[in-house]
Amino acid sequence: MTATVADVRRRPSTRRITARAVLYALLIVLALIVVLPLVWMVLTSFKTDADAIRHPYSLPSPFSLDAYRNLASGQQPILRWLWNSFSAAAIQTILILVTASMGAYALARMEFAGKKVVFGLIISTLLVPPVVFLIPNYLIVQNLGWLDTILAITVPGAAGAFGIFFLRQFFVGLPLEIEEAARIDGAGDFRIFVQIVLPLARPALATLAVLSFLNNWNDFLWPVYVLLSPEHMTLQPGLSMLQGAYRTHFAIVMAGAVIASVPVLAVFAVAQRQIVDSVTGAAVKG
Amino acid sequence: MTDSVTAVSASPRRTSAGGSGPRAGTTARRRRRTLTAYLFLAPFLVLFIGFVLAPAVYGLWISFTDWSPFRDVQHFIGLQNYADLFTPGSTTSGDFWSSMRATAIFVVASVPFLVVVPLLVAVLLNQKLRAASTFRTIFFAPYVLGVAVVGLIWGYVLDTQSGILNHLLHAVGIRGDIPWTVDVPWAWVSLVGVTVWWTSGLNTVIFLAGLKGINSELYEAASLDGAGRFRSFTNVTLPGLRPVMLFITTTTVLASANMFGQSYLLTTGGPGNDTRTVIMYIADQGLSQNNMAPAAAMSYVLFAFLAVVSIVNFRLQRERVEKRRTR
Repeated sequence: MTATVADVRRRPSTRRITARAVLYALLIVLALIVVLPLVWMVLTSFKTDADAIRHPYSLPSPFSLDAYRNLASGQQPILRWLWNSFSAAAIQTILILVTASMGAYALARMEFAGKKVVFGLIISTLLVPPVVFLIPNYLIVQNLGWLDTILAITVPGAAGAFGIFFLRQFFVGLPLEIEEAARIDGAGDFRIFVQIVLPLARPALATLAVLSFLNNWNDFLWPVYVLLSPEHMTLQPGLSMLQGAYRTHFAIVMAGAVIASVPVLAVFAVAQRQIVDSVTGAAVKG
Repeated sequence: MTDSVTAVSASPRRTSAGGSGPRAGTTARRRRRTLTAYLFLAPFLVLFIGFVLAPAVYGLWISFTDWSPFRDVQHFIGLQNYADLFTPGSTTSGDFWSSMRATAIFVVASVPFLVVVPLLVAVLLNQKLRAASTFRTIFFAPYVLGVAVVGLIWGYVLDTQSGILNHLLHAVGIRGDIPWTVDVPWAWVSLVGVTVWWTSGLNTVIFLAGLKGINSELYEAASLDGAGRFRSFTNVTLPGLRPVMLFITTTTVLASANMFGQSYLLTTGGPGNDTRTVIMYIADQGLSQNNMAPAAAMSYVLFAFLAVVSIVNFRLQRERVEKRRTR
């Protein structure tokens, strides 16, 4: 009985082959819909303005670096924005890694008065939509004199509950034995944390670093309102200025889009496993 | 003296043991543990109190005042800002509710596509393909781009005069003058389409993980019972995905209700204010027009609406857990 079922399965019927072909065809069409706008962005960025308007969907001819040259020497300091985006994302990521890992370790491993209250407060803010913090945080940042500085786009955003929540889950899952052995050997809390727990948590820290970096790099609403002068802008608000400044210069605007997306696509290419696993983790566990 | 000692030892459960005996040691140690824990938590708590708790309270307080950057002293005006929002004809209520309406239209129009398209793609990807992981990577990739990049690319694809999409439609003989970003309902089609293109990858990988969690024996049993592909999809796949479906629907509703960048970049809220979402309106009123107090009140009204979504989700999830326990 089981043998016959397996037999039927193994025989490659024509119906099965057609089904496979249709399946692949569907997936390829979908993949093209996803990829073509990106390909078009890259191709257009290597065109001259005239070529971009006259031949919107052909290969660049002549192949031209004019758009990038114009951007680099133009009115809009796009290389400055690139640097600002990179340093803001890096600083915020480090801030999150340091504060969230220390806090998460306390919440995962230590018993102390008020623990439930602290943890409950942190978790409950995950439910509050970010717009609630928009206006008061703007006023706070203004009072601190941080408007139009890198502090405005790094410090407030590091206070989110996600990082500490994410790392706490990871720390809770670590085996206790190693830490206990170290304690018997006379190591203090801080040494155990730095020399034993953090190295064990490297994969979780890497994932959080990637997510934090992408998040800050792509943040749009907040920098649009708290960054004012062109030289302090990051890429995201800068790009929307670029669109206004070069209304009909397709190639230049697409070159700006390429410059802003290459770093994140590179991070994604390297760390896609961590990114995908972390976004699916929360959903499937529940 | 001896009496008191026996009294203490006779009731070992008493908590206040004074300053002597082994209990004092544990209290001191407990205090030290608490101190250590708060030292570990301190850097995060400083940020958390400063930029999460304080603004949450501060924003609520502002919403009860006539706060204005041009005024030296603010007055407590109670629920006036909220009452204004619910009074037809006040300066804020008309625009606020039309932005809420725009947000509701976007939620209703986008969520079905943002759930169904990823579900179908995930089902396709789950068919034991050799290139499945390559396709998964491709489908997820747009999600890591920022909305500014997405806005730039699609701004030019969808441009009425010189956009590539109208160019293509004209070339294949359909009309080539569709006002993709400057007239409704086309603007909604564009906003939903762009959002589907940008964020579907997220829901796809979540669905895919959910599909991998369904016991394959259930499919074998279904096929032995003579169920075809469609029957096993409705009778095995969909019930198996229910928890994931609930999670995705809730997070997608919340994400769509918080839409900002797509409208800001592609339609600038137009035509008129037809596609101006509530987030756009709050940010504009609070940060560009200096109407901070009404804007703060609006953000709390939106919070109340979204809290209902979260509570319904929480109820449904708890029901599910209880059912699983009784099973």
